Amino acid sequence: MEGWTTHTGRALALAIDNIDTDQLIPARFMSIPRSEGYGPYLLHDMRRDINEQLLPDFPLNRHDGFSILVAGRNFGSGSSREAAVYALIDAGVRVVVAPSFGDIFSNNAVNNGLLPARVSAEVAGKLSNTLGDGTAEMSIDLTNGMLTLDDIAEAFELDESWRVKLINGWDDIDLTRRHIPKITKFKGNRSQTAPWAWPAAAD
Amino acid sequence: MNAPRTMLDKLWTSHEILQREDGVSLLWVDRHLVHEGSHHAFAKLQERGLLVAEPDLTFAVMDHYAPTRDRGRVSDPKIVRMIETLRANAARNDLRIFDLDDPAQGIVHVVGPELGLTLPGLLINCGDSHTSTHGAFGALAFGIGATEVAHVLATQTIWQRKPKAMRITVEGRLGHGVTAKDIALNWIARLGTGGAQGHAVEYAGSTIRELSMEGRMTLCNLSIEGGARFGMVAPDEVTFTYLHGRAHSPKGVTWEKSIEDWRELATDEGAGFDREVTFDAADIAPTVTWGTSPEQALPVTELIPDPCQADPAKANAVRDALEYMGLTAGRPLDGTPVDQVFIGSCTNGRIEDLREAAAVLAGRRAKVPGLVAPGSAQVKVQAESEGLDRIFVEAGLEWTASGCSMCVGMNGDIVGEGKRCASSTNRNFRGRQGRGARTHLMSPAMVAAAAVTGTITDVRPFLKGIAT
Ligand code: SF4
Repeated sequence: MEGWTTHTGRALALAIDNIDTDQLIPARFMSIPRSEGYGPYLLHDMRRDINEQLLPDFPLNRHDGFSILVAGRNFGSGSSREAAVYALIDAGVRVVVAPSFGDIFSNNAVNNGLLPARVSAEVAGKLSNTLGDGTAEMSIDLTNGMLTLDDIAEAFELDESWRVKLINGWDDIDLTRRHIPKITKFKGNRSQTAPWAWPAAAD
Repeated sequence: MNAPRTMLDKLWTSHEILQREDGVSLLWVDRHLVHEGSHHAFAKLQERGLLVAEPDLTFAVMDHYAPTRDRGRVSDPKIVRMIETLRANAARNDLRIFDLDDPAQGIVHVVGPELGLTLPGLLINCGDSHTSTHGAFGALAFGIGATEVAHVLATQTIWQRKPKAMRITVEGRLGHGVTAKDIALNWIARLGTGGAQGHAVEYAGSTIRELSMEGRMTLCNLSIEGGARFGMVAPDEVTFTYLHGRAHSPKGVTWEKSIEDWRELATDEGAGFDREVTFDAADIAPTVTWGTSPEQALPVTELIPDPCQADPAKANAVRDALEYMGLTAGRPLDGTPVDQVFIGSCTNGRIEDLREAAAVLAGRRAKVPGLVAPGSAQVKVQAESEGLDRIFVEAGLEWTASGCSMCVGMNGDIVGEGKRCASSTNRNFRGRQGRGARTHLMSPAMVAAAAVTGTITDVRPFLKGIAT
């Protein structure tokens, strides 16, 4: 994963609350290997009618080349499927701005370099209104936690550890493996103090 | 004297290997459960040339894609690939796998507790949001995404910032026909799907203590629908009785020690919570969802909401949901015709759930078709030994093998476009049970009543003379 500090791209409003992970990528596409790309399945059933035709009015179908979504409350609620994040990333999205996010979704997003930028409902509404049915250039400054659109400049919220991770593009497995001696020691202690924590052999 | 601590505090400290300067902790994982959907994580592991760090603590379960009919002959190549991939990953890493023909196969959140793999005091991870189910035993159990699954596979640890602590207390006696499912749908409707975001929820109070393990699991299972990644109940005699003698439960002197340790887990008197909410059990009625989010739920006796009278911030959501669901504002929920029913899932596919549904269906006929998928192969055997399968079949419902089935439709058990399903599952999201499917969540007994009348209906009149 590549780290990043600033991003400038076209922003698009998707002012709908509770866009859950089942919307972001319907279950039937989840057996596809990632190498094939998940972009075409992003919000598949909201974007297409039953005959697979794109619905012309849906915001994502009106424009190409957007990399920032301004969404509603509780974006990415629901399942732990990381495929929801893969679909966004593979469709070129780098940032989602919303008043709140599903907890597991945010974790998954940061693990894939996607920024879940939290703003108040008022700010999200203001951004959506400014964007209307169109797109506009938005800039994200990860270091200072600021976003800019036209004459709107607002701070967004992000857990400090996530900011650092996004900036550095850190991979947790490498980071953790540096702590192996501590992990081994912990395991030894736990097996003494809580022997029941290891599964007993079935009779 | 030490400061009083919550159960969350105790579970957290006992798993914390270290804490980084930014406050994020590295935690030891006691149990890691994987399923077919974990293929992304195994692929990441293989890319790095790593093997599973602790195969003895990692268990693989075939559930999401498990065919419920004719297991020997799966024809869909996508499903075959998912099943074969999990088999190959389990074999390469020397994992115990609960394969399709295993007598212990079933939905991961049903199998873990049933086999005594789930215990109080453990930290349990699974790449599935309903991992919160296992918290019913007083465990720190939470769902994780694929990158985190790969991390646990590689290191048997997870990085996590400690959530805030929230306590939901329910006091008093539940009314006849009111279940754990109704407690959950009720609190989510009142607090909203984001109501517990960022929090670990501990359920407490006399109503919760009176619940069976099955009921506690249903409640903890649905925590994630209220935004909480963790749900938990303090372990007590009910917990210990449930676990005693299970296949992988501690045995002999270790069992004695475990009980002693587990008794210490309960929240200390006077410990502080970041948020406290209290409900009165007597205020909770059989509850049904009418919309496309679990917070869009009401007592079955209510009218379908009118967007014009809704909170303005939510009016559009109400309008959209009613349109998708094909419902008319102002009509009673009771009496809404359904096309089919489904009983099963990690929320309500356990033996007690099947008993409750069978109690309503006994000697009655279903007016609409439906599927009953037991949560595990063991639940299936148990149900058959009690004759529950016959009740379902005689009522006209289909009795199948165990798996996630119509909860998520990955195995091909789906609800058709525009069809309305009364379902004992956990998500009424658009398209969850199949594209265009209209899902109404409710308790298994309520689903059974819907089957009998062919409409959403109050189960209570059906229970006259039946002790629940
Ligand atoms: S039964 Fe449904 S919610 Fe539970 S694990 Fe399976 S798909 Fe997920």
